[in-house]
Amino acid sequence: MARRQRLLITLAGLCGLALVGCANDEGTLQSQKLALIKGRGELICGVQGTLPGFSSVERDGSYVGLDVDICRAAAAAVLGDPDKVQYRDLNPSERFAALASGEVDLLSRNTTYTLSRDAAGGNGLSFAPVVFYDGQGLMVPKASGITGIKGLSGKPICVETGTTSELNLADRMRELKQAYTPLKFQTSDQTYAAYLQGRCAAVTTDRSQLAAKRTGFPNPDAHTLLPDVISKEPLAPATVNGDPLWSDAVRWTIYALMQAEELGITQANVEAKVAEAKANPNLADLRRFLGVEGDFGKQLGLSPDFVVKALKAVGNYGEIFERNVGSGSLLRLERGLNRSWKSGGLIYAPPFR
Amino acid sequence: MQTPWWRNRRLLPLLVQAAVGLMVLVTIAFLLGNLVRNLSAAGLLLSWRWLNLPAGFDISETLLPFNAELPYWRALLAGLVNTVRVVLIGLVGATLLGTLAGTAAFSSNGLLRRLSRTYVELVRNVPLLLQLLFWYFVVFLSLPNGPAAIQLPWVVLAKSGLYLGSTQLIDGVWQGSLRITLEFAALLTGLIIHSGAFIAEVVRGGVTAVPAGQWEAARSLGLSAGQTLSRVVLPQALRVIVPALNSQYISLAKNSSLAVACGYSDLYSVAETTLNQTGRAVEVVLILLGTYLAMDLVISLLMNRLNQLVQIQER
Repeated sequence: MARRQRLLITLAGLCGLALVGCANDEGTLQSQKLALIKGRGELICGVQGTLPGFSSVERDGSYVGLDVDICRAAAAAVLGDPDKVQYRDLNPSERFAALASGEVDLLSRNTTYTLSRDAAGGNGLSFAPVVFYDGQGLMVPKASGITGIKGLSGKPICVETGTTSELNLADRMRELKQAYTPLKFQTSDQTYAAYLQGRCAAVTTDRSQLAAKRTGFPNPDAHTLLPDVISKEPLAPATVNGDPLWSDAVRWTIYALMQAEELGITQANVEAKVAEAKANPNLADLRRFLGVEGDFGKQLGLSPDFVVKALKAVGNYGEIFERNVGSGSLLRLERGLNRSWKSGGLIYAPPFR
Repeated sequence: MQTPWWRNRRLLPLLVQAAVGLMVLVTIAFLLGNLVRNLSAAGLLLSWRWLNLPAGFDISETLLPFNAELPYWRALLAGLVNTVRVVLIGLVGATLLGTLAGTAAFSSNGLLRRLSRTYVELVRNVPLLLQLLFWYFVVFLSLPNGPAAIQLPWVVLAKSGLYLGSTQLIDGVWQGSLRITLEFAALLTGLIIHSGAFIAEVVRGGVTAVPAGQWEAARSLGLSAGQTLSRVVLPQALRVIVPALNSQYISLAKNSSLAVACGYSDLYSVAETTLNQTGRAVEVVLILLGTYLAMDLVISLLMNRLNQLVQIQER
C-alpha cells in the first residue's frame, strides 16, 4: 500500500517537473500581442459601453466615443483599418481580469491610472498616456437643496463597486469625520437606477461620467453637480504588463494624436500635410512624424505611416475631444485640464525623435 | 494453470483504480503546475499578507462593527456575517412559506389550491436574478418616503427602510425600534419567495408519497384534517422531504451571493471590492470557494443528522 502511494507521489512529482520544464521560450524581441492581433486581423478592445461621450452604442450598433476613438486609432495604426475592432463591454470588476487573461488586447474604458493598478505586485497593468484628466464629483437632485459635500452627512450615497470612486469616497468622508452609507452596485445602470429612484441622496463618480450619464436622465435639469472635486482621476487606456512592444505601440499612437494637435494636423488636412512633407525635404520634423523619412513605425513594429492612418481614422486629440465630449457633443464639457500644454493644459506629447 | 493478469479478477479492479487515480493526480498536478507557473511568471505567487492591510472601504450595513481602517480579513468576516444572517433568516422563512404552499396544494379549498399552484409555477420559472431586481428596483424602491410612507400596525414601509416595533416620524425621518434596510429586505424577500416555491414542490412530493390509505385510516379514526396532516401524514412525508430539502437549503445559501444585484453587502460583494483593490484574484476566489463550500457542508451535515432522526427507527 505504502509503496503504491509513494509511486503515485513520485509520478505526480515527475509530471510537475515536466510541466515546469516546458516553461517559456520567449526572450526574443518579438511582440506576441502584435503578432496575434495582426494574425487575427482584428483588435479586441474592452470598453464601458453605456457611457455617452466615452463609449456608447449607436442605433445602428456601432460604437462611438472618446474611448472608442482610441481603439479605432490603435486598430488603424496596427491593422490599417479603424473598423477592424471588436468591442467588449466590461464592468469595473471584470476589466482587469479580462485584460490579464488576454480576452481583450486593449482596455480603453475610462480607467483611473493609479500606483496599485500599474505596479507588478498589484494589478500589473501597463498604462498608456492619460487621455482625459478628470476628478471625482457628486451629483444630487436639485430639489434636495444640498449644496456641498457637508450636506451629505449621514446620508446614503450610490457608488459603483470596484472603482476608485468607492475608495476616494471612503477616504474623503473619513477625513471629514462624516458618517455615510455607501450603497454599492455592480453596474453603472443599477447604480443610476437606484439614484433616480431616490434611494440615495447622491451618486458619485468621475465628473465627466456624471455629466455624461445626466444627458440620459428623464429630466437632466433636475440634477446638479456639487462644486466639490474629491480626487484626481487621470483616465488612461491600459495594456498588459508583459508585452512592452505592444504597450509602446499603443502609447506612441496616442502621443501621435496629441502631437498632431500641436502641429495643427487634422483629419481633413493630413493628406495635404503628407504631400507637403514629401515635396519639401527641409521639413525634417514633419517628414519623420508622418513617416515620409526615418523608421519610427518600424521601431514600434508598425507600418511607416501609422500616424497618418490613425489621423485619417479619428483626427487629432483636439478633434476627438470636441467631437465626443466637447462643444460638438451633448456633454459640452470644457477642455479645462485637457487642453494642449501650449494653451495651458496637461496634454503633452514627448518629442518624436 | 495460472490465470493471466488481464483475467485476474482481483488484480484488474486494482489496476483500473490505480489508472483512474493516476489520471486525477496528473490533472491536478497539471492544473496546479500551470497556476504556479503562470502566477510566478506574472510575479503574483500566492500571498496572504494583504489580509492584514487596512481595507480602506466602507460597508453599508454590518452586524459586526466595521470601518475603513480595519484590515481586509475583518471586511471579509463582516461580509460573511451578513451572508450568514440572510441565509439563516432565509432558511426559516423559505421553510415556513414552502410548507404552507406545499400543504395548501392538498387543501379542500379550490381557491387555495390554485393559488398555491400559480405561485409555484410563476416563481420557479423566472430566473432568481430577475426576481431580485424586480423586488429591489420595482417594489421596494417605489415605496413612498416621509409622511406618505405605508403605515401598518407595528410596521412602516418607507424608501429609507422598513421600520418595525414602535415607530414615529421625527422631522420627516422615520424612527423605529428595528430598522431593516431595503437592500436586505429585497434580498430576503427574493430568496424566500424563490426557494419557497421549490420547497413547496418538495413538500407536495413528500405528501403525495404517503399512501392514500393513511389519509383514509386517519379520517376513519375520527381525526380532524389538521390532525391528519400533522400527526399522520407529515411525519411519514418527512422521510421523503428531508433529503430533497437539503439541496434546496444549499442552493439558497449559494443564491445569496446574488446579493450584489440589489446593493446588499454580502461576502461576495465585499470580496469583489477586495479583489479589485488588491489585485489578488486567485487568493480572493480561493477564500470565496472555501467559505461557500464550508457553509454548504455545514448545512448538509445538519440536514443529514435531521434525516437520521426522521427515518424509521429499525429495531
